[in-house]
This record gives sequence, structure tokens and C-alpha cells, in this order.
Amino acid sequence: MQDRTSPIIEVDNLTKYYGDFPAIENISFTVNKGEILGFLGPNAAGKTTTMRVLTGFMPPTSGSAKIAGFDVVDQSLEARRRIGYLPETVPLYTEMSVRDYLDFMGRIRGMSKEWRRRRVNEVIDVCRLDEYATSLIGKLSKGFRQRVGIAQAVLHEPEVLIMDEPTIGIDPIQVVETRNLIKGFGGEHTIILSTHILPEVSMVCERVIIIHEGQVVAIDRPENLSERLRGTERIEVDIRGPVADVMSALRDIPGVQEVTRISKDDLGSYNIESASGADLGEQIATLVFERHWGLLRLQPIQMSLEEIFLRLTTTEPEST
Amino acid sequence: MKNIVAIAWKEIKTYFVSPMAYVIMAVYSVLASYYFVTSISGVLPEASVRGYILPSTLLFVLLSPIITMRLIAEEQKLGTLELLMTSPVRDYEIVLGKFVAASASLVSILIPTAYLVLLLHWFGTPDIGPILSGYLGLTLFGMATISVGLLASSLSGNQIVSAVVAMGILLILSIIDLASSYVTGVFSDIVLEISISNHFQNFARGIIDTHDIVFYVVFITFMLFLTVRSLESRRWR
Repeated sequence: MQDRTSPIIEVDNLTKYYGDFPAIENISFTVNKGEILGFLGPNAAGKTTTMRVLTGFMPPTSGSAKIAGFDVVDQSLEARRRIGYLPETVPLYTEMSVRDYLDFMGRIRGMSKEWRRRRVNEVIDVCRLDEYATSLIGKLSKGFRQRVGIAQAVLHEPEVLIMDEPTIGIDPIQVVETRNLIKGFGGEHTIILSTHILPEVSMVCERVIIIHEGQVVAIDRPENLSERLRGTERIEVDIRGPVADVMSALRDIPGVQEVTRISKDDLGSYNIESASGADLGEQIATLVFERHWGLLRLQPIQMSLEEIFLRLTTTEPEST
Repeated sequence: MKNIVAIAWKEIKTYFVSPMAYVIMAVYSVLASYYFVTSISGVLPEASVRGYILPSTLLFVLLSPIITMRLIAEEQKLGTLELLMTSPVRDYEIVLGKFVAASASLVSILIPTAYLVLLLHWFGTPDIGPILSGYLGLTLFGMATISVGLLASSLSGNQIVSAVVAMGILLILSIIDLASSYVTGVFSDIVLEISISNHFQNFARGIIDTHDIVFYVVFITFMLFLTVRSLESRRWR
């Protein structure tokens, strides 16, 4: 059963416009069974929109998404049956008790009475809500409400769990607890979780999708991503001179990791990658001057990923 | 069907644990009793329920929106609408569940008035027919007001706004038949035909006309249809 290579969520060229504004554009990815996928991006990057399309709350403008093989538009009810969803604002009926609320959520998901009774007790136990099972939800603190939200999401043992910023707005200790709780669900559930907190992703997720301005910027394992980002700095230069000589001379500069030629014509445009902090601009200029080549352009390139990461890390410092 | 029952049951439970249920019931009972007393205190008192059944339409116009205002507007505010709409529940099941619950809530406020009927039996010999038709008409009228209230609640995330909108629509639909004396021909027929209170008159007199029943059924169905559409439109916004 637990075939980890079969995709349970397939998203293909998903696009959603709000009027003329593209919230997400051509997003494609797959998630395998039992995987925890992180959705990382600054606010308004399109995380919530993607999740709302996946959960069948709103239809995409174009493209398709499948949950366990069921299209979220054409076979919406079947797809929805397989999803547990925790929206960004935890949806709770404040005037109901925790137990009544969970029971109601079970009923509208078509759970039998027996199944409901068993699962309500289980999730109350797992989410450590025992003391508050009969309290009115309106009287609970933010952290406990979050747990009730998670409890309803996992109640019907869904194949897919979708959680929109599950750790936002709760205190640091509860953040850690919530993360551990979510981690514990990995394996049996496939989880998509969105966040704009960078460290959270590496702590919880096995794979990360970075989206920015509605587009997928990168999909990778968190370790690989950080490596790719931390390691390098890029400079683009245009140098007039014999290509082979220029290439080898550039490669010989200490600190340079890789040199690639971008342009095909006589004018040589090169992309130089180096370890961060090497500051090669001056050395390149000196080199070109000594060899009597022509230096036409020298431009440090901000990697777009890095830019996003910078924004992510600076807007919300690690809270744990 | 199971989903409709689940949603209706949840709403009914929520309604009856709130103080609102009993406040509305008390207000209605007091007013109905007052109308009853004035109607039997004349020179030639009549052992009928018309005295409070007729003005009840106005009370329903004012009270129904209070019952329905939170039904969808509050779900939207709490964010639970998103949860409902991403559960394996069809939009019409949400609307029907809430309609059933609100109708039950409204009918429940009629229950205390049973003592007025008992009083009539105690002290007089009322004709049971008009009493039953009066209550049947009031129930249909009440369900019509509920359907308008539900539509208004789906239009706005603000409960007060939805209550005021519902009262406005219901008042217009109740008094529009008065305009029939000022317009002629087909317009006169139209205003009489779309008036929710005009169709109630026969019931109060003890006449059950299928024409009136059909009107209420069509009216309610249409309003619920619009509510489902309004809910669906949220997905596209």
C-alpha cells in the first residue's frame, strides 16, 4: 500500500486569475504518498490560492489538479472526501464544545457513528485536548484552537492533509508542539503545508516548493536548496578577447568555482560563480586590464532565489 | 440527505442553546397574547385565532431575519464556510440544512401559542378548521420569510446588514398589495400575486386554496435556488 513513489497529488499547469490579476500562474508539481511538502513563499505569493484550488474551494482558471486520481473540479466531492484542510484562519464554531464540533465535522464528511466515536476520542488524545473536550471553543486560547483545527483536519483519516500556515500566531512553545504534531502525521498522511518561515521548512518538510509572485521558483529538498543558496555568488561579465583564453584565465582566479559562456557571438558574455564573499570584481578587472582585453560590462547578479530567501528570513526571524 | 440532517441538527442545537431562541419565543408569545386579548375583548367576541394569526405576519417579517441573519453570514465571518465548502457536501445541502433548521426554529415560536387555542376550547366552541388553516398558512408564510432571510444572509458577511436587507425585502413584499388600488389592469394583478401577505389572507379566513400553497412553494424554492447560486458564486470570486 505505502508505495512512496506513486504521486497522490498531481498539479498540472494550474493558473488562477482574480479578475486580471494572476494569483498563480502555471504551477505544476506532484507529491508522493506519505511525503511532507512545504510551500514556502512571502505573503501574497499564491500559497493560499493554490491550497484553495486543491481543496475544491475555488476552481482554477486553467490547468488541473488531482487528488488520489480525482480531479478537484470534475470529481470534486470524491477529491474533497480525501482531504483534511486547515485554512489560515482556523474555522471553528465558537459556540460549540470541542467534542460536538469534531462530531459535526465527522458527520458532514460522511463518517459512520462508530467510526466517529472512535476517531473523536483518538484525535482528542493525539492533539492533547482531553481537558478541554467539553469546553466551548470560544473559551479556548489561540494555541488550543489551533489544535482543534488540526484535530478536525485529521479526523476522517484523510489521505491528504493541507494546512495553511499552521503555526502562525501561536506562542513559541506551542509552535514547537504543533510542528512535532504535524511531523508525526507524515508517513500515514501526505501533507502539504504552507509557511513563510524559512527554518520551519527545514525542520518539518522533506521537500520544498518555493513560490514567488504566483510562480514556482524552485522545488527541491531543503538541504539541497540551502546549499545551492548559501554557496554561491554570481557575476556576469562581457569581455572582448579570445574566448578560450578568457575562459581559462577566469577559471584560474582563486575562488572561482565555475565559468560558463552565455553568448554565442564574438562578444564574450560569461557567467562566473564563486564562493560567497570572494568579491571577484576587482580581480577580474585587473586581469582584463593586464591582458589588454576589453571589459565591457561587469555585473553582480542577485540570484532570484536568494532574494526571496532574504526576504523570507528578514521578515520573520526564527521564533524558536 | 445525511448531510442536510447533520447541518440542520447542528443549527437547531446551536439555536436552542442560545438565549436568542427564548427571547424571540417570549417576545412573540407576549405580542400574540396581547393581540388575542384585544380580539376577544370586544362586544361580540369571536372564538377564533384570527386576532393574533393576522398580525403575526408582521411579527414574522421582523423576527425571521433575526433568526436567519447569522446562518451564512456568521459562517463567512468565522471562516467555517470555507470548511463547509471544502467538505464533501454539496452547496444545496448546506442551504437546505440551514433552511430546515431555521424553519423549525420559527415554527417553535408558535408552540407556546397553543395555550391560546386551549383557552378558546375552554371558554367557547371554536371552529377547528380555521385554526388549523391559520397555523398552516402561518407556517408557510414563515418559511417564505426564512427563505428570504437566508438569501440575505448569503449576500453579506455582516449579520446586521443581512437582517436589515431581509426586513426591507419582506416589508416590501408584504405591503406591495396595497399598491393594487393605485395601478390598473395587469399591474394590479401582478402586485397582488407577488405579495406574500395577500396569499396569506385565505388561510386566515379558513380557506386552503392550492393556488396559495403553490405560490409559497414556488416562492420558497426560488429563494433557496438564489441562495445556492449566491453561495456558489463565492467560489468564482
